[in-house]
Amino acid sequence: MSGRRPALAWPVAVLAFLHLIALGADVVAPYDPAEQTRELIWAPPTKLHLVDAAGRWHLRPFVYRWRPADGAPGRYVEDTSRIFPLRLWSGEAGTRRLLGVEPPARLHLLGTDGLGRDQLSRLVHGARTSLFAGLGAALLAVAAGLLLGTLAGYFGGWLDDLLMRGSELAMALPALYLLLAARAFLPLELGPAAAWGLIVVLLGLLGWPPAARLVRGVVLAARRRGYVGAARGFGASHVYLLRRHLLPPALAVGLTQLVLLVPQMILAEVTLSFLGLGVSEPTPSWGSMLVPLTSYPVLAAHGWAFLPALPLVLTVLSYHQLASAGRQRLRRTA
Amino acid sequence: MLRVVGRRLLHAAVLVLAVSAACFVLAELVPGDFLAPARLDPRASAESLEALRARYGLDRPLHQRYLSWLGSVLRGEMGHSLAYGVPVAPLVLGRAGNTLLLSVPATALAWLLALILGAWGARRPGGWGDRLSLGLGATLQAVPELVLALLALLVAARSGIFPLGGMASLSAGELGFWGRLVDVLRHLALPTLVLALALVPVLLRHVRAALSEALEQSFVHAARGHGVGELRLLLTYALPAAAPPLLALFGLSAGTLLSGSLVVEVVMSWPGLGPLLLDAVFARDLHVIVGATLLSGLLLVAGNLLADLLLYAVDPRLRRPGATP
Repeated sequence: MSGRRPALAWPVAVLAFLHLIALGADVVAPYDPAEQTRELIWAPPTKLHLVDAAGRWHLRPFVYRWRPADGAPGRYVEDTSRIFPLRLWSGEAGTRRLLGVEPPARLHLLGTDGLGRDQLSRLVHGARTSLFAGLGAALLAVAAGLLLGTLAGYFGGWLDDLLMRGSELAMALPALYLLLAARAFLPLELGPAAAWGLIVVLLGLLGWPPAARLVRGVVLAARRRGYVGAARGFGASHVYLLRRHLLPPALAVGLTQLVLLVPQMILAEVTLSFLGLGVSEPTPSWGSMLVPLTSYPVLAAHGWAFLPALPLVLTVLSYHQLASAGRQRLRRTA
Repeated sequence: MLRVVGRRLLHAAVLVLAVSAACFVLAELVPGDFLAPARLDPRASAESLEALRARYGLDRPLHQRYLSWLGSVLRGEMGHSLAYGVPVAPLVLGRAGNTLLLSVPATALAWLLALILGAWGARRPGGWGDRLSLGLGATLQAVPELVLALLALLVAARSGIFPLGGMASLSAGELGFWGRLVDVLRHLALPTLVLALALVPVLLRHVRAALSEALEQSFVHAARGHGVGELRLLLTYALPAAAPPLLALFGLSAGTLLSGSLVVEVVMSWPGLGPLLLDAVFARDLHVIVGATLLSGLLLVAGNLLADLLLYAVDPRLRRPGATP
């Protein structure tokens, strides 16, 4: 291992930024994610300009409207007859958005999809679905793992045997196959909120075994320490021993597990939504936004449709960095 | 040793029983079955639906259905697919063959890449080879398999060199043996590459860790002091010392040969086990779901057994009486 400490600041900053955007999706997204503009199907990203067609400079960035290109269906050219300056915090009270332009121009910084919906708005709202599904599922899995692992490690005996054999059984199945098989026996058509909750619970329940086994090991080791025996000799109760001596080391392990699990859970939600088994339309998810990329016309003509994959890569990268930085710092304190 | 094999076999038996029973019970609890779409069809009368139910055996009680499924497992049929109208075993095994055609070369390629890059990095920790292989591993780890597969589709669509998914061209039937072979290889190239690149980061991390630990051992330093060449040092001194954890990992990666490629198969329309399972999930074709899940699960158990056996074979310490595997 090299002696350099992996950076902790940028992954934290990136993740905080992404989560803040997801939380503020209603304000950050320029449009409603379900709003369709039928005249703008697969319109490319709107360009921001500072110099207009006549060569004059403008202090405030502006955009032109897209208009269908003559004789080339599905292509768009800029209508340079009128400029639309970029507005900050525009719109009527109550529905103000961070960024916008005056209608009839539209601001599609990442283009539109096959139904003329704004990709950026869908991406921002999809962040809510995907990021928090991953976080929720990982929290659930780690909580279950902490509870079951502590019980198994502390009380031992038949409970330990039962839980550990059960976790072996759950880990003996390939995770994605298990997930699909479990999803097969749950209703296919669900409202967005119900489907989201279902996926979080499903991922959380299927994700407990590794965390539980690690926690069990830590509790087992801590239980044999002299100070635990001493406390027990002084008549400490189970609750006191667990709270005071056994849970703290287990929590540290749980925390590292959490950081490792979140990206896996986000990817699992993205994969499920991509396969059509996750949150249903029109609620966007980072997974369902990738579905059009399997069709030839989109791949051949609209390369910018890949832009929604970037935040996913950035999120996974940040969580991995966070995990390795956290591991190094924990090792130092241990 | 026999105890280890026995335990894994018992594990496999429990897995088959527990998973299948859970699937049957869950399917019973949840509304909707294979005939649900037919029921929405106004042209289907109640009598014909009842007749279909009876023909598919969906009207029998749960325990009877489960027992008859167990009977068909013993006959080697693994139940009956309602959507395909054939026994599950040949269906699933045929698709598993396609999956192996994709995953075996991909896993081999991934190991080759990981061993070369890992050795290159471990030779001089902190050197530029090490930094390059670490950077490559970190980058590949951050790009999800799904995105990687979609990017491969983009390459195929834009370049026109590679076919856009599938396993054979429409005209494959008219080609001779060699023509068909070249056709399949062309279809195989991109999915294999994507799967291999997705597997590399994990393998690379373990190879590098194991090799750099082995290279720090004093007997390696002694050999280097005696003037043993770099390559020989790596291959005949460090590699055997680094072998145990890598062989265990090899067993595990052999166990995921059937289950590791689901996403790539679905995205690149490779007719393997993954798309079969996905279709069965949408159609509620219960026996196919159970069959595909169990087959991939059993291979995972077999992979664990292989890891145990390989460890036992290379590590003499485990063969001493009283040692715990």
